[in-house]
Amino acid sequence: MARTRHVLPGFRLSLGFTITYLSLIVLIPLSMLVWKASTGGWDGVLNTITHARVIASLKLSFTTAFTAALVNGFFGLLTAWALERYSFPGRRVLDAMVDLPFALPTAVAGIALVTLYAPNGWIGAWLAQYDIKAAYAPLGITIALVFVGFPFVVRTLQPVIADLSMELEEAAACLGANRWQTLTRVVFPALLPATLAGMTLAFGRAVGEYGSVVFISGNLPFKTEIAPLLITMRLEEYDYSGAATIGVVMLIASFLILFTADLLAQWNRKRTGH
Amino acid sequence: MAALIDIHPAKHRTRVRRATAESAWSRWLVISIAVGFMGLMFVLPLVVIFQEAFRKGWEGYVEAFDDRATMHAIWLTLQVAAITVPLNTIFGLAAAWCVSRFRFRGKRLLTSLIELPLWVSPVNAGLIYVLLFGAQGFFGPSLKEHGIKIIFALPGIVLSTIFVTFTFVARVLTPQMEAQGQAEEEAAMTLGANGFQMFWRVTIPKIKWGLLYGIILCNARSMGEFGAVSVVSGHIRNKTNTVPLHIEVLYNEYQFVPAFAVASVLTLLALATLILKTLTTTKRGAA
Repeated sequence: MARTRHVLPGFRLSLGFTITYLSLIVLIPLSMLVWKASTGGWDGVLNTITHARVIASLKLSFTTAFTAALVNGFFGLLTAWALERYSFPGRRVLDAMVDLPFALPTAVAGIALVTLYAPNGWIGAWLAQYDIKAAYAPLGITIALVFVGFPFVVRTLQPVIADLSMELEEAAACLGANRWQTLTRVVFPALLPATLAGMTLAFGRAVGEYGSVVFISGNLPFKTEIAPLLITMRLEEYDYSGAATIGVVMLIASFLILFTADLLAQWNRKRTGH
Repeated sequence: MAALIDIHPAKHRTRVRRATAESAWSRWLVISIAVGFMGLMFVLPLVVIFQEAFRKGWEGYVEAFDDRATMHAIWLTLQVAAITVPLNTIFGLAAAWCVSRFRFRGKRLLTSLIELPLWVSPVNAGLIYVLLFGAQGFFGPSLKEHGIKIIFALPGIVLSTIFVTFTFVARVLTPQMEAQGQAEEEAAMTLGANGFQMFWRVTIPKIKWGLLYGIILCNARSMGEFGAVSVVSGHIRNKTNTVPLHIEVLYNEYQFVPAFAVASVLTLLALATLILKTLTTTKRGAA
């Protein structure tokens, strides 16, 4: 399969180990999901996924993740632009902070967010004056998912902004475009694929998110119950095939999201010529 | 990156604006939106964690750790990380080596599969091991026969943590090793080094900062994993409660000061990870 001779050693060893470890930890266990979901037969699968509570939870997971991705697209683009193009005091601290959701345990983020947005919390009390309920409502879930997905948009965009060739912008300026025209007609179209790719990744991460959401969501069936939580409930009821079926739906969603992100990355390469 | 920043250094602020720069006003607006957003979303939660942890002062904070269940949770989490991190580091090195140094068929598929665990819901990451090793699972009956416990015990917690932190070392190392190229390794080999010497004397010194960051990130994530572990652990106090699960228990029992005190330790770990990332990327950039 490989070229017959390499200068560097360790091809077979490293590839063999990688594939073995990958199979044992990821592929074989994941295939269990499909196996268990199928034990209930087609009827079982249909019964599970047409259950009103399951549909409600999937709908909630996908709509809140989608809204969060939109929010992240806007703020992520602005933040990535500011970090790459402007110099200002605290820029490096800000840049480092972008990765916080990567490093901070989700449960810690969860209890911190619910404390902030609960009706007696700093932001929650302020929102309550305007009759806005954040914690224990879909809004709170969306806020937690914005937190989780933000680094994906910024980290996808940063290298693309850094690689953006200045000459195009200079050419636009020379041809008489004002800065706003240059940004909207030259820069943003160039950044669009990467922005969408980052948003897709943020969406993918948010759909399956559990730890930072369960504290703030309130977990009311049909109202604030996300799909991953429903999986754990099914497990507690010893409904393994039901849990696996919802799991498979989420797994298929992750595959589709990853595939979309990959297509967008290809589009980005085509557009920026890298 | 540095070259781009130098295009508009603050000291060059003249009245004539460059055609490729935004006006000072819109620059200020963009920066304040970015700073405001991150302050609201990232800094405020951090402030809340420490504020709640120290609500009863330093004594209250220290007292929170004077608890058998808390100490057991910390001990268990250290055990989990001590098994998970080395395994995933070895895997990360192997994966980064074969992906960055060789061309072979199916490489793109392999890199996608290595990334996959990052996009699988943590709950699914726990569920799959329950389906494999749980009482009703694939291997459940034969494990029970031999009296081996995986689910609701340390092995299950370790397995699901390995799954969740699977990608991190490989994900940090692969792009770095691809960017650095392999000329030095090839030189070492042609000069007669064996594979082992080449790896320890050439490759490891080249990638040490990236490797260090990968390990620290993997460590922070393995100590902080909640969703996957929560599915396989069974929440048995003093037995299978890791630190994040213990935080949940404390929080649900309205023991807010202890919950946030324990959470603050993991927060410090996360902040240390971020600082280390900033330091190592600077070092890498300078090298």
